[in-house]
Amino acid sequence: MSMNLEREKAPLPIVDLAPVKSSMLTKILYGGMVVSMLAAFYFIFMYAEVEKTMGAVQKIFYMHVPSAWVAFLAFFVTFVFSILFLIKRKRVYDTYAYVSAEIGVVFTAIVLTTGPIWAKSSWNTWWAWEPRLTTTLILFFLFMAYLMVRQMDGVWDKKARLAAVFGIIGFADVPIVFFAIRWWQSKFHPIVFGDGPSQEGGGIAPSMLVALLVTIAAFTFLYAYILHKGVSFENMKIKVGHYKEKLREKLEN
Amino acid sequence: MLRAALTIAKKDIYSELRTKQVLGTMIIFAGLVILVLSFAFDPANNTTKAVIPGAVWIIIVFSGILGLNRSLVSEQRNETMHGLMVAPMDASSIYLGKFMANFSMILIVEIVSIPFLFLLFDFKITGSILYFILVLFVGSFGFIAIGTFLAALASNSKSSEMLLPLLLFPMTSPVLIGVTQATKIILTNMEKLSTALSWMQLVAAYDVIFFVLCFLLIEYVLEV
Repeated sequence: MSMNLEREKAPLPIVDLAPVKSSMLTKILYGGMVVSMLAAFYFIFMYAEVEKTMGAVQKIFYMHVPSAWVAFLAFFVTFVFSILFLIKRKRVYDTYAYVSAEIGVVFTAIVLTTGPIWAKSSWNTWWAWEPRLTTTLILFFLFMAYLMVRQMDGVWDKKARLAAVFGIIGFADVPIVFFAIRWWQSKFHPIVFGDGPSQEGGGIAPSMLVALLVTIAAFTFLYAYILHKGVSFENMKIKVGHYKEKLREKLEN
Repeated sequence: MLRAALTIAKKDIYSELRTKQVLGTMIIFAGLVILVLSFAFDPANNTTKAVIPGAVWIIIVFSGILGLNRSLVSEQRNETMHGLMVAPMDASSIYLGKFMANFSMILIVEIVSIPFLFLLFDFKITGSILYFILVLFVGSFGFIAIGTFLAALASNSKSSEMLLPLLLFPMTSPVLIGVTQATKIILTNMEKLSTALSWMQLVAAYDVIFFVLCFLLIEYVLEV
């Protein structure tokens, strides 16, 4: 029986798509991610000293800041690939922009949940309408809207085009949003790097800085790994879509 | 290009004046927003005066979004959008024409509904009316410029009525922040005029940046 089936259906023609080259790069990214994550945990919980006034709660800082960094990086990558897509019109660029935006939204959600947890114990309030918080919230909504544009009906290249346009405008909006909100005066966020404006309260202990940098590296590896995986998943999805289309055509004829 | 844009704007306004559908809806909706605001903020209470400058922009934003939705979806019904795209002119002149039509419509809505708001809430302007008009102009310009662009973008979707507010509100947040702050100062506290002017500068900068950006990118939105 199986032989018959095989003979009846010729093997599906291979659609030429961006090849899913996994092996080497995936392994490197995965290895780097695991190693740096473990190192980050060591540095966060063993190496970095406990903050004097806030205590152990301050450890959430090592999740909060790198997530914010990854979110901004992801949106920047979306911005760059959106421009590349509009110029070159290659589907890979669009896939990168899309996957990166999705990752960015997830990490923004992490920032927006870890932030209030930390704020409750250090500022004694869940939320403050402060520039960086509000900008992050608006950024979250903007890229949710970006994902909504992706959910539109229609052919992929129309969706990709519109999403790319929205990605560019949305990213261009972010600095203006930040400046606009900054005029409501920032009181809460400490300036971590460099001297604080009042020469006190700012700054960071060297051991904490090391831990923070290690965590940022780990999160960047995580981002690169997820992006790579996500893109290869997306490519597989496209491939399967092509196969389905081919099969449907065959059934119709 | 400008002539083509003017033609499109004229066409839109003529067809609007004939049916008065959108304009009527926008004005009635603005009235309804005022009504709802009177439930939310007790007009007899003196502290309500503080929210009136913000209420001006709530009216403009909500009734504006109705008009923006219509302006490009109406082109879709008989596939007239393709006609416009095939016509011998740039995509940017379609955008400019649509922008001018929407802008003049929102100005009409403002002229009708804002005096109505001040009247019903018994609001006495202590600041300068001239500056107030300037703020309205700058703010509506930015809101409609980016709104027309995003309406063109959203009109590709079947559920553009739902999509447009989601795209538009986060995108226009700098305009709305700047303009509400400036309006508050201008209507109640003229001593801080310099702050209001710098807010207006911020909004004007936003207007310029996004008007240019929309001009450049509209080609990609209105592509067949």
